[in-house]
Amino acid sequence: MDLVQAVEAEQMKENADNFRIGDTVKVHFKIVEGQTERIQIFQGIVLSMKNTGVRKTFIVRKMSYGVGVERVFPVYSPRIDRIEVVRRGRVRRAKLYYLRKRVGKAAKVNELIRRRDQIKKAGE
Amino acid sequence: MLGLIGRKLGMTQVFDERGVLTPVTVIKIEDNQVIDERNEEKNGYKAVVMGAVDKKASRASKPYAGQFKNGPPKSVLVEMRDFEGEYEVGGTLGASLFKDVTFVDITGTSKGKGFQGVMKRHGFSGGNKTHGSKFHRGLGATGMAATPSKVHKGTKMPGRMGADKKTVQNLRVVKVDEERQFLLVKGAVPGPRKGIVMVKKANKK
Repeated sequence: MDLVQAVEAEQMKENADNFRIGDTVKVHFKIVEGQTERIQIFQGIVLSMKNTGVRKTFIVRKMSYGVGVERVFPVYSPRIDRIEVVRRGRVRRAKLYYLRKRVGKAAKVNELIRRRDQIKKAGE
Repeated sequence: MLGLIGRKLGMTQVFDERGVLTPVTVIKIEDNQVIDERNEEKNGYKAVVMGAVDKKASRASKPYAGQFKNGPPKSVLVEMRDFEGEYEVGGTLGASLFKDVTFVDITGTSKGKGFQGVMKRHGFSGGNKTHGSKFHRGLGATGMAATPSKVHKGTKMPGRMGADKKTVQNLRVVKVDEERQFLLVKGAVPGPRKGIVMVKKANKK
């Protein structure tokens, strides 16, 4: 199996998943339109992460004109330019599917507030 | 024909530069040694005898081991008819043989499924599970009555399934790694992990 894992490891970028569940992230996603390529930003809350290895994906949910929109991104996709963490979320669950049923103010995630030394320890 | 002996290592997925995921099978090319050749004058046909995977000399019978004049006996021994590539008897061939090949056929022994019924083995549709049905997964009738008063040979019935020689044609070669001697081939390949497979240049492409 070593060779299979080596093939997967070649495609995995380091620190590609430097965010946690509940964080608000900006995903810079490359979109190809004919010949030109541009970057589209998708901002929302990370609901969950799934699978392992190169197949690892995460779901980002946002409210767009009052409608909930979710997108699944492969973590190691070459079309993801970068992932920016806007806000850390304080959550107690690995899958935030309960947010789908919530409306308005109830559908938000509290910000993770940490002391300066805690941030330093986490290395951010 | 171009062909080599390989070993299926397992499946994974690869991204291409456009970000499209392709399911691939990793096939390790074993150390293929050209054991012998067959020619028109002596054998009536042209072929290359290829061997791979070393076998203990003590485990090989003398007539079998006698075929291997250059090195230890091999456990896998195959004839490749009308071999197109360059070779020399006693030399080895590697993954670089498939450098310019885009499609391959892969032959292997499929996974054994044991004794299976007709629904799984032959795709019969079976009967209703409910609604008073008394016919569920059985095979139904197997033939006619007084004439011919026997069941025809070859009638599809339950039995051993799998562990057959199967070929999958026209699999696209995604990558050839000459350094580490492996191929990435799009799609699934017959057999279990670590199973021996024959990789040949596609016949129909």
